[in-house]
Amino acid sequence: MGLTLRDLMLVSPELALVVLALAIVLLDLVLERKRFVLAVGVAGLGVPLAAALGLWAVVADGGAEMAFHGALIVDTFALYFKLLIVGILGLLLLASADHIERFRPHQAEFVALVLLSAAGLMLLAGAADLIAVFVSLELASLPVVALVAFGKNDRSIEAGIKYLVLSGVSAAVLLYGFAFLYGATGTVRLVALDPALPTIATMLPAVADGRPFGSTAVLVGVVLATAGFGFKLSMVPFQMWTPDVYEGAPTPVAAFLATASKAAAFAIVLRLFYTALGGASAEWSIMFAVLAAVTMSVGNVVAIAQSNVKRLLGYSAIAQAGYMLIGVAAVAGGGGDPLGVQSVLFYLGGYAAMNLAAFFAVIAITNVTGDDRIEALAGMGRRSPLLALILAFALISLIGIPPTVGFMGKLFLFNAAVSADLAWLAVFGVVNSVVSAYYYMGIVRTMYMREPPELDGPGEPGRIGAPVAAWLAMGVATAGVAVLGVWPAWLLDVAGSAAGALVP
Amino acid sequence: MLERLLILSAVLFCIGLYGVLSRRHIIAVLMALELMFNAVNIALVAFSRYVTPADLAGPGGMAENARYVLTGQGLAVFVIVAAAAEVALGLALVIALIRRTDTLDITGVSLMRR
Repeated sequence: MGLTLRDLMLVSPELALVVLALAIVLLDLVLERKRFVLAVGVAGLGVPLAAALGLWAVVADGGAEMAFHGALIVDTFALYFKLLIVGILGLLLLASADHIERFRPHQAEFVALVLLSAAGLMLLAGAADLIAVFVSLELASLPVVALVAFGKNDRSIEAGIKYLVLSGVSAAVLLYGFAFLYGATGTVRLVALDPALPTIATMLPAVADGRPFGSTAVLVGVVLATAGFGFKLSMVPFQMWTPDVYEGAPTPVAAFLATASKAAAFAIVLRLFYTALGGASAEWSIMFAVLAAVTMSVGNVVAIAQSNVKRLLGYSAIAQAGYMLIGVAAVAGGGGDPLGVQSVLFYLGGYAAMNLAAFFAVIAITNVTGDDRIEALAGMGRRSPLLALILAFALISLIGIPPTVGFMGKLFLFNAAVSADLAWLAVFGVVNSVVSAYYYMGIVRTMYMREPPELDGPGEPGRIGAPVAAWLAMGVATAGVAVLGVWPAWLLDVAGSAAGALVP
Repeated sequence: MLERLLILSAVLFCIGLYGVLSRRHIIAVLMALELMFNAVNIALVAFSRYVTPADLAGPGGMAENARYVLTGQGLAVFVIVAAAAEVALGLALVIALIRRTDTLDITGVSLMRR
């Protein structure tokens, strides 16, 4: 018993993030120039990045390390998400340099809360028992509640209250599900390196008696846990909060929710279902297939009617979650084929790049115009050709048109669905992509085909620029979309070795 | 006995869920949320007391394997802490809300989805 140095080494990426967050809060007290705080935040991300890369080298050959008496696991699957989250954080902080000036004098608290939430998300990706899942989920979502309400205007506070209540309800529902899983199996352990230790998978009642998942308690537990995670994934029918929170929250927070938060939620859903409930994959596969079909349809159809660009990106996030659920549902060969997991991991990486590019362009534009209606984007092709181009490129990728990562990602997802005998789901995904083209292209059309609005206030509807840091972040994200679109093999390889840790 | 505790927990959970969905006052919503968390705690502690993995009942028994047997109670302690943090944050938002709108009725707070 007790804390060892080895445990601390294994959680060094998360530890570095927490230390960085605390250091930023302290630095804020002594520093006059608040911009410097952000620079420290971005530069400090090098430490968790290096730590995660170092740990990757340790477990790269398919091994795994457990820390804190089996509460946390460090394998390539967890590290893939940790690296992804650190990358998202770096770009996000760079791109929001201008935006967080609005929160003066609380810029440092904003950065620190983002970092703390990201530490929770990283722990979530490596959680190996239900207690760790719950604690890291709370660590990830409580700072986000504060961040959503950070705008301190009426909409922001309304969004904060909605997010608090709904994340609280989802946590309670999730826990109730965990209680039943624990009750049915007598253990909360998801994975164990020592085969003698009981895990949920080994203690599950036999499926022999014909009831779904072997017993009613497990069935109730699985349904409640899926509902609880459904909130985090913005999965229909638990998606109601998404558009409201995305619209009300400060735009960088919405971008964080759409990329980092969603990635970690997928990480834990994949881990829970593939390891603890892997034996019942036939049952939950069809459940996720139906949920995927409903989620993408609802997201895409409702998005058509939106007039606010942040709200539209909220519905887009729901639809994209639906596409990724295809990969979760695509368990082939009794869970022995990593293709589905691999495609989800690849899509999450590509989705982070294209969604961040879109959000960054929206952040840069709304910082100047202060108006997040779609019609306010009219004439953007002339007012800011480069920003309009980046946004258009990101939206084309979100539709899934080559040569972008969105196309490659969907190709792999649909391929996984077909090889798991879910061809109908792939067809559903293609039809949905066509529907989504309507509203994504609507934004592009508004930017290029319509005249800029007449301004009531002083000044011309002039050109729109962005700070250097934001251009850098947009450049990296856009380059990611393009490079992964023509040369996806390397990320696919990395995703493959990460998926291999989950599906041996 | 386990059945009775689980029924109590389920009833409490449903009352809490109904309260969260139907209450208009933000403080009442937070109270209902607490009810849901505590319903889960009852279930966890009940399972912890009555369900023991079969391979722990042998020689060595409970004393040897106390940390497995107490898992449910351990999780319940974490739930209590997290619920307290949740409410602290909720109250901070309540103060922010009342400063701006002078009301705690959350039906008054719906600018979006017009």
